Amino acid sequence: MSAAAVLSVRALRVGFGASAPVVRGVSFELAAGECLAIVGESGSGKSVTARSLLGLAGANARVEADRLELGGQSVLGLTDRAWRVRRGKDVGLVLQDALVSLDPLRPIGREIADSLRLHTTLGAAARARRVLELLDAVGLSNPELQVQKRSGQLSGGERQRALIAAAIALNPPLLIADEPTTALDVTVQAQILALLEQIKLSGTAVLLVSHDLAVVSRIADRVAVMHDGLLIETGRTERVLVAPQHEQTRRMVAAVPADKPRGTRLSLAASMPLAPAPIVSARADSTRPTASKPDAAVVRETVVLEAIGLSHSFRRPDGSRQLAVDDVSFSLLRGHTLGIVGESGSGKTTTARLLLALLPLEQGDVQLFGQAWSSVSEKRRRRRRASVGAIYQDSLGSFDPRWSVGEILTDALGRALPQTRSARRSPENLARLTTLLDEVGLAATVLPRRPLELSGGQRQRVGIARALAGRPDILICDEPVSSLDVSVQAQVLDLLDDVQRERELSLIFISHDLGVVQHVSDEVVVMRSGRVVESGSAARVFTAPEHAYSAQLLAAVPRLPG
Amino acid sequence: MVEPVTPANRRRDGLARPVFRALGRLGARLAGAIFVLWAVASITFFAVRLIPGDPAQAVLGGPGSQASPEALAAVSAEYGFDQPVFTQYLTQLGRLATGDLGRSYSLNMDVGPLVLDQLGGTLLLAVLALSLAWVIALALATWSTRGGLVAARVGSSLEIVAAALPHFWLATSLIVVFSIWIGVLPPISTDSLAGLVLPVLTLAVPLAGFLGQIMRESLLIALESPFVLSARARGESERGVRWVHALRHASLPAISLSGWAFGSLISGAVVVETIFARPGLGRTLLNAVTLRDVPVVIGVVMIVAVAYILMTLLTDAVSRLVDPRLRLS
Repeated sequence: MSAAAVLSVRALRVGFGASAPVVRGVSFELAAGECLAIVGESGSGKSVTARSLLGLAGANARVEADRLELGGQSVLGLTDRAWRVRRGKDVGLVLQDALVSLDPLRPIGREIADSLRLHTTLGAAARARRVLELLDAVGLSNPELQVQKRSGQLSGGERQRALIAAAIALNPPLLIADEPTTALDVTVQAQILALLEQIKLSGTAVLLVSHDLAVVSRIADRVAVMHDGLLIETGRTERVLVAPQHEQTRRMVAAVPADKPRGTRLSLAASMPLAPAPIVSARADSTRPTASKPDAAVVRETVVLEAIGLSHSFRRPDGSRQLAVDDVSFSLLRGHTLGIVGESGSGKTTTARLLLALLPLEQGDVQLFGQAWSSVSEKRRRRRRASVGAIYQDSLGSFDPRWSVGEILTDALGRALPQTRSARRSPENLARLTTLLDEVGLAATVLPRRPLELSGGQRQRVGIARALAGRPDILICDEPVSSLDVSVQAQVLDLLDDVQRERELSLIFISHDLGVVQHVSDEVVVMRSGRVVESGSAARVFTAPEHAYSAQLLAAVPRLPG
Repeated sequence: MVEPVTPANRRRDGLARPVFRALGRLGARLAGAIFVLWAVASITFFAVRLIPGDPAQAVLGGPGSQASPEALAAVSAEYGFDQPVFTQYLTQLGRLATGDLGRSYSLNMDVGPLVLDQLGGTLLLAVLALSLAWVIALALATWSTRGGLVAARVGSSLEIVAAALPHFWLATSLIVVFSIWIGVLPPISTDSLAGLVLPVLTLAVPLAGFLGQIMRESLLIALESPFVLSARARGESERGVRWVHALRHASLPAISLSGWAFGSLISGAVVVETIFARPGLGRTLLNAVTLRDVPVVIGVVMIVAVAYILMTLLTDAVSRLVDPRLRLS
């Protein structure tokens, strides 16, 4: 152990109750002014590791280690009272999403001042002065005004800055940041990362915990990859990302979609045991199958879905109206993927609902195969609804939790739900469901399970199967991979690519993640505050953006080095 | 068709709106209160009419009084019972609108002073019971979320049992235990403090069980929240986490329900005041219903409705105080 180590961990083991330990022997050290990133997928044990360093793994957690030292002093087996003296003073914690990580009922100034109240003898006036200094230091403009506000009244970036201010109020030598940028828009994410880097450069040791390799590569000096409770690979950031040694690391690096051309596989074969047998011929040339067909030119020019000057506004709580979508136009060509990208609040999801005719249009028109779609009555639209499928981000919320996968899919196939167990299990129905599941890479064994019993990736596959059940020509995907781990995201993106080729589907793909959109799209629409700021072919927009905002977004996308 | 939003009408929306909105909210509240009072008066009026028998008989001392047909006719004419029911209804509404609650048939005095005289005792009972219920619920919720698994089980069982206790059973059991066996508290409620204990307990315990269940659940949710983790990471103590953060969140749903709880306490007062022979609105109401004393019934119900409306306004105000997010900026 070097003398400068702020944090030294040897063979950390954490378990809950009688079940098998979730952290199974983790060792690392962290020096002042250094940033170590622990990267892993959900359930790998990275958050538990981070919380153990504050003695906050939980009331029923068993924390053991050969060594656990903060600032050269062992913190193994400390009482809660002894821990409380250290928390905030020797180590600060920044969590994801300050909307709920700061008390939503209290002004941020009070939250930040709490650290000072607990650990110093400063009077109220001195604390108030220090809070303003801190807010200024984390780059919050107008601190005097903002200090009175609660987390709900601030923007995502502002409140994340406030949360960081609360964590560094006492200048702790170690700052632990657990997914500090995960809920943020890409430009804000870049700003918060810059702030963390600045904190690091001021001499604080930063332990960054994230699922996103590309994000941490921006500021981490070293990366430790965590998998199933173990650190499987640790090294300098560039080395781990450019020349990963461990197979799991390679899989994670390969799964990052940014800068990978359209049609490239993201998931390595070994990581998708449930996937159907790939159609080798279609993949071998890795170009679009439509391009090789003789009538490709004719097919490509057909507009399947057209949005003409869409507008929609919402009523604010104070009664005034806010335009969510303002004069948005684009057209989707057959067999193509149109990506809609923008930050939160840019009107992407509202646009999706307008395309699905689930919200009334105030102005404009949506046409499906050149025929009126949004302007006809719901009664006439209903029989054509099967031709437009939809996939949502929150697949759990979009299923009835009491229905089994079999019931969900039978319902989506457009037949009356068989009332008896035996009818549901009729060979005919079963065959249809099995075919559908096979297409999305799931085995028939999931049929009796309920959505809660499935993993996130399996759920999104069921969501895709449900969207495919009506034999649609168009799929509207609203953030279909945003809540998934990067390797699962890679599998789902590959799956969407497969079904698109096989069924010659046209896709609207909505995402806040430019890397994903760049990977999947033929054409791109960039939205901001309800308006289209730029549109064009993906190749053009992503290499030579014309609008300043697109360029700014693009610059903020986290990328892997090399 | 929705009005398209143009820059011009967006600007118009922005200026004079706050004042209009505040006035509009007040107006809506007032209109709602008037509607509730009207509905209460109407439903009570017709409900009492549904009781079989001649109201004139009630004025003359009930069915046992053997009044002469002449006397009955005279009373009918005086009170308007010979008019069509709808005319009587409108007359009654007109009187209520001017604040006149009428005269009691059986007691031959004005309903207004009579009801107001009884109001204080019942209000005291209800307010004390609500406060005690809050104290018990808070204590139970705090203890059961803190003492581990056994405390959680015991706490939730106690809450369920308490919430399920009927008032009349609890009242008689309390009398048997404290007045007859131990003999420390009077079975009949007097104005003394000791006389208040059993009635207040009877009303408070079931309500405490109910509020406790809600508080414990919201307290558990709050304690699991990321902001509580953040506070702990700052070095906040267990007590600090609860007092500064969690209890405030946990009290919100219970505050909203307190308006409703107050209404249920007043209806509970009917049982409690009768069992403990305590003067108050509940007993007045029960007597009036037995004697078919329509003006008193309507008077009591109207006063209770007004109290309920005021209590709802109060809980709204308290909610806004505790949860600043509810205040419109």
